[in-house]
Amino acid sequence: MLAKIGKIIAINVVALLFLFPFLFLLMNTFKGKMEILKNPLAFPTEWSLDNYIEAFEEMNYINSITNSIIITVIGVIVLNIFGAMMAFYLARFKTKANSIIYLVMTATMLIPFQTLMIPFVSIYGNLGMLNNRWILIYFYLGFGISLSTFIYHGFVNKLSVSLDESASIEGASKFAIFWKIIFPQLKPITATLTVLNVLWLWNDYLLPSLVLVNKDRTLPLNTYSFFGKYTSEYGLAMSGLVLSILPVIVFYLFMQKHIVSGITEGAIK
Amino acid sequence: MYDLKNKKDKMIAFLTFAFIPLFALTTVILIPFILGVLTTLTDWNGLEVTKFVGLENYMTALSDPDFTSTFFNTIKYVVVSMITVNVVGFSLALLVTSNIKGKNIYRSIFFVPNLIGGVLLGFIWQFIFSRVLVYFGKATGIAIFAESWLVDPTKAFWAIVIVTVWQQAGYMMLIYIAGIVSVPTDVIEAANVDGATPTQILFKIRIPLMIQSFTISLFMTLKSAFMMYDVNLSLTGGGPYRSTELLTMNIYNDAFLYQEYAPAQAKAVILFIIVAVVAISQVAITKKMEVE
Repeated sequence: MLAKIGKIIAINVVALLFLFPFLFLLMNTFKGKMEILKNPLAFPTEWSLDNYIEAFEEMNYINSITNSIIITVIGVIVLNIFGAMMAFYLARFKTKANSIIYLVMTATMLIPFQTLMIPFVSIYGNLGMLNNRWILIYFYLGFGISLSTFIYHGFVNKLSVSLDESASIEGASKFAIFWKIIFPQLKPITATLTVLNVLWLWNDYLLPSLVLVNKDRTLPLNTYSFFGKYTSEYGLAMSGLVLSILPVIVFYLFMQKHIVSGITEGAIK
Repeated sequence: MYDLKNKKDKMIAFLTFAFIPLFALTTVILIPFILGVLTTLTDWNGLEVTKFVGLENYMTALSDPDFTSTFFNTIKYVVVSMITVNVVGFSLALLVTSNIKGKNIYRSIFFVPNLIGGVLLGFIWQFIFSRVLVYFGKATGIAIFAESWLVDPTKAFWAIVIVTVWQQAGYMMLIYIAGIVSVPTDVIEAANVDGATPTQILFKIRIPLMIQSFTISLFMTLKSAFMMYDVNLSLTGGGPYRSTELLTMNIYNDAFLYQEYAPAQAKAVILFIIVAVVAISQVAITKKMEVE
């Protein structure tokens, strides 16, 4: 009994420690600058939305969030489809060359982005390609394809080939077999990968900061420059943070089950 | 398994399924990687190469005092954050799998910071450390908070560790929960009947049976600690006086701020070698400990 009370106290204290930064963040967004300086711990005397209205316009919210959505959605679809196709190819056509390809792909997952960053910027910068979101999506395909293939591969390997074979006898093309028979069976893995890749692409900072120019900049990039510009305007700067956090919290509320299972499955594979 | 005899069929299959992914992998990872390693052996200045210089860039990197201090900062950060994230993550997993009401709500709360990008988390905590806690410290007379943690090198380091734990513990908790749940309950009941204490059950039964979760979590925290950039950038910016600058930021600044391309790339290759060696040996060691 005593142990149980101890546990309940412990878990609530920790939960509070996890939540308090959000509470203070939120609370101070409704205050004016002087009020924050006077006492960041107090509730606002007047709940004002001025900070939000100004932040919304100043950080180009609609434009940034549109960019983030386009990049994340298309990036995730591309990674899922090509990852599944690559995994299908490697699992169903077992040749010596293909097992080497598989090995190389697994090994590339050990390369930190930092090791590629400088030559990467130099090559694509010199080609004049570091300037838009489509090229960024292509880069994400390159950086993420190994993990997607790796996770799909384990699953495709376990699927029986008998369905493929009967479809093949009836004259279906390899692509039709993949698209109509294999890909639908990969749904649980697709869900897992979608979660992992959405969180990665949505929050990524370093790569987009090297690739995107003004009009294509994503939410994290614009939040960064917005916060830098208004560091001392606490209320305004933090309203910007709240606006940037909001979409992913909404995503979490709707997708919670998938996120939890996605992360667990993704890690175990 | 398909066995394509026909050369044309093989080609069609390759072009349909593998060409685009492999083209992207080659252009985005393999070519930059190989060029990156080769340029460290030259005097590349970002524009041109005039001669091969052997290992000179590595010597320059290793004798740069900023690099050695960054390097030790990073090692310290990796060790400390890896231990704390996993201890906290594992403890949270134990707490939320025990018989407490509202487990799912707690689980969700602990996971929330992980949804948010490092840059934003760093900014949130910048406000907490430099405003909220300072005010709290002054108002209550608790000396440790009375001055911003971010202006003191030692405390700023711990600030980064705290934010890292806050960010990652929930993620590792999920992985540990999966491990804890996979331990068969009858084994634990049998141990209970035999009179084992809770501590004995934890260390002699639970942990050995879920080593796989530790392999995964340690690997993930290790790799992300070596590569840490976002929180470093937005929380301390490497300050005060570059005292909390970690490897990635050092490489980034060297290359894009000071245009020291070849030595910076040499540091990046050193980072790769360390990550590869440490990660592979860590996985090998914990794999050995896994119970069949």
